Amino acid sequence: MADISVVLPSVLQPLAGGQSFLTAPADGTVTVGWLLDSVTGDYPVLARRLRDETGALRRYVNIYVNGDEVRRLQGLDTEVAAGQEVLIIQSVAGG
Amino acid sequence: MGCMATPESYVLAIGTKKGLWLASSQDRKQWSFTGPHFLMSEIPSIGIDTRDGRTRIMVGVRSEHWGPTVAHSDDLGATWTEPEQGAIKFPDGTDAAVERIWQIYPDAESRPGVVWAGAEPISVWKSTDGGEHFELNRGLWDHPHRSEWGAGYGGAAAHSIVVNPSGDNVHVAMSTGGVYRSLDGGSSWQPRNKGISAYFMPDPNPEFGQCVHKIAADAAVEGRLYAQNHHGVYRSDDNAENWESIAEGLPADFGFVMLTHPRRAGTAWVIPLKADGERIPPEGRLAVHRTDDAGGTWKRLDAGLPQAEYNAVLRDAAAVDSAEPAGVYFGTRGGSVYASADEGESFAEVASHLPDVLCVRAAVVADAKVTAPVSA
Repeated sequence: MADISVVLPSVLQPLAGGQSFLTAPADGTVTVGWLLDSVTGDYPVLARRLRDETGALRRYVNIYVNGDEVRRLQGLDTEVAAGQEVLIIQSVAGG
Repeated sequence: MGCMATPESYVLAIGTKKGLWLASSQDRKQWSFTGPHFLMSEIPSIGIDTRDGRTRIMVGVRSEHWGPTVAHSDDLGATWTEPEQGAIKFPDGTDAAVERIWQIYPDAESRPGVVWAGAEPISVWKSTDGGEHFELNRGLWDHPHRSEWGAGYGGAAAHSIVVNPSGDNVHVAMSTGGVYRSLDGGSSWQPRNKGISAYFMPDPNPEFGQCVHKIAADAAVEGRLYAQNHHGVYRSDDNAENWESIAEGLPADFGFVMLTHPRRAGTAWVIPLKADGERIPPEGRLAVHRTDDAGGTWKRLDAGLPQAEYNAVLRDAAAVDSAEPAGVYFGTRGGSVYASADEGESFAEVASHLPDVLCVRAAVVADAKVTAPVSA
């Protein structure tokens, strides 16, 4: 079984015990939503930083799969294959 | 412990657009500051809870990127705790998500542990464990008017919560929607806006829909409330059944702030702004106005305030402490914070050049000094 890695921005790493990435074991493909559920299961505060209580991705949180932002794909239903890398990056926002 | 008097000190909490600053003082003149705490997150709400023999500072925190949350500190900001599962979040089935926590209101001394919160979208919340977990008030959330409540410029929020001493009567103010009252501790709610104008609506005297900016209860007269509206300053003497204007004598009836004295009947403070379309102090001259006769007359208070000031003071960017005489504190969107140790007779600038001040709270605490945050 291969892993899928989710790379965290440095500002969120303290909420994941200091880790710079989290991994989930995956056979075949999974959705980004499943992946987030899986890797944040032990880190509920981190989970709330990424998604609100309805499960929606926060507006200025961008998730990239193979270089594409998931909102341009199928959102949280976007599929990720084992061995691929997922990046979480905060968008440029605020003032 | 015996009969030894506990030395008193004062804590001042300043929530801004980009973090929280805390200050302590022994005399309300010299202040020692720490901050920013929560740098790059806005702090639109603060509650300082001095019940139960401890000082707990609760803050509503909101990051543009990472969303809203509630944190608390029991050591004056040295360390902060954020409940793992989140203190305020909409339950399953509501299909709503908290945008911003606008109000954190510790209830009466006789109800330790009870803390109310007001949030955006328009919702009221109640905690019975000192602000670590809040439950959604279903009576207000399921109110048939909810779909007709609107958003003011700052968002659609329940921003004022006032609870009477017995706990039966709860008044909530929302923008926009107006004042709602519960006579059963928050189970059911009715609009109570008679006499308050909503000049911006086709019917200027609707049952609800008013843009109330802040309400506060009189310290000593039960059933007396004060309201600063989107144009209009009002008082009710009958538990919000009827409101009458008390704007006569003020330089303008627009503004966001409404403060009442911690003990004395009839004393309230407002900070007028010129108008909806001109949100600066009248003539650019910042002043606090105080009434000592429940709005019959107003006294202009500007000693120690700048000659020219073009920044607004937001609805929660002002507070009183519970000392005698009461302290009055407020901050501007220009990042200045002014403090008075004599009920507004004279002010001193205690902070300047902070980010926009969103919320100010002050409290009398047992001898204490704020300390720098402990790094994680």
